[in-house]
Amino acid sequence: MIKDLGKYAIMFVALVLVQVLILNNIQVSGLINPYVYILFILLLPFNIQGYLLLGFSFLIGITVDVFNGTPGVHAGATVLLGFLRPSIARLVSSREIIEKGSMPNLTVLGFANFLKYTVIAVLIHHLFLFYAEAFSFGDFFETFLRYIISSVFSILIILGSQFIVFKN
Amino acid sequence: MRSLFRFLIRNYFLMLFLALEAFSLVLIVSFNNYQRVTFFNSSNDLVGTVYEKFSHFDDYFSLGQTNAHLAAENAFLHKQVQMLLRNQEKITINRPDTVEAPAYVFTAAKIINNSTNKQFNYITLNKGSRNGIRPDMGIINDQGVVGVITNVSANYSTGLSLLNKRLSIPAKITRSNYFGALVWDGEHSNSADLKEIPFHITVNVGDTVVTSGYSNIFPEGITIGTIKTFDVESGTNFYNIKVELSTNFRTLKYVEVVQNTKRSEIIKLESNNTGE
Repeated sequence: MIKDLGKYAIMFVALVLVQVLILNNIQVSGLINPYVYILFILLLPFNIQGYLLLGFSFLIGITVDVFNGTPGVHAGATVLLGFLRPSIARLVSSREIIEKGSMPNLTVLGFANFLKYTVIAVLIHHLFLFYAEAFSFGDFFETFLRYIISSVFSILIILGSQFIVFKN
Repeated sequence: MRSLFRFLIRNYFLMLFLALEAFSLVLIVSFNNYQRVTFFNSSNDLVGTVYEKFSHFDDYFSLGQTNAHLAAENAFLHKQVQMLLRNQEKITINRPDTVEAPAYVFTAAKIINNSTNKQFNYITLNKGSRNGIRPDMGIINDQGVVGVITNVSANYSTGLSLLNKRLSIPAKITRSNYFGALVWDGEHSNSADLKEIPFHITVNVGDTVVTSGYSNIFPEGITIGTIKTFDVESGTNFYNIKVELSTNFRTLKYVEVVQNTKRSEIIKLESNNTGE
């Protein structure tokens, strides 16, 4: 973890900037709001200490919140994702891989498991996010539609980015 | 006591999660309202700077469009100047009263961040309290109403976009002069609902909707849009009016902030009526 600190720091900044400057400006009738910055939480090493996992999850969430002007909305969603990540990781990979502590990326997990990992994580994170953002269950179905469509786009972008970065 | 301590240590992951989640929920519940805490909006200087840097870069892609837009506005203003000059020649007796300051003052500003895809959209401008911007000033451009300033820092300010369900603007239909409240419908970046128009009024598709001036924020008669569709909801006495907004929120770049110099005086006077 320590030797990768620089790498993760760059990834943190890059993902936050891509999120707030580019992805937040995608405008297709307000339905598509992909949130791809959670890739940072997904890619933290398997054997990361619990407090670091939650701490980093909170940090990236609150950073996006500050840019979006939505106090607590993203932070709540990322902390929930950070809390559930060990369970999701156990679901998609073997004990040896987790204990080796590698980065849970496409190459390590394989396509099927990485897809499963991404889908579960995005669905959990976005569910909290969209309902916390709407701040009511009033427009339940409208919010649900935005949730599903945005989730699909987030998953596609996360998978696509993995193919670009870890081609071999 | 020691066993409690041991329990906390053993379950620190769960405890830390609950603490952080609770903190987030407190933030959501306490600050997710109309007036947001200053730290959490882009009028805070760090965030403002990042958005402004990116906005400089982003500008190059829309230079042509912006130029065309400014040229069109220039032409329009030239035409108005000509008309005013011609009128002025006719009225020479009426000398301007220098004691009377103009009621509305305009400050040009540039949008450095703007969203249209959320349920509650906000705008960040590159002018702040140093340029005389204060909360509750209106934001307009040559196309129409844009929003209202809510938070101001030294160099930046943020405001509610008209595309924010928490903003309601007093509006009137020019043909009948009846007034209602304009609120965004939360669906499209180019349409809003005009509420509280009683159904005994004649309404036509294409009627112009403008600000009524009752809010003391906008001058009277700033264009908001035109009526797109209307119907009467059964069981109510009011129309359901959809207004097509004249401002294109997706290409906004330059705006003007309107200050009503008489606002505090008006509010003070009006509060005398409600006070004992």
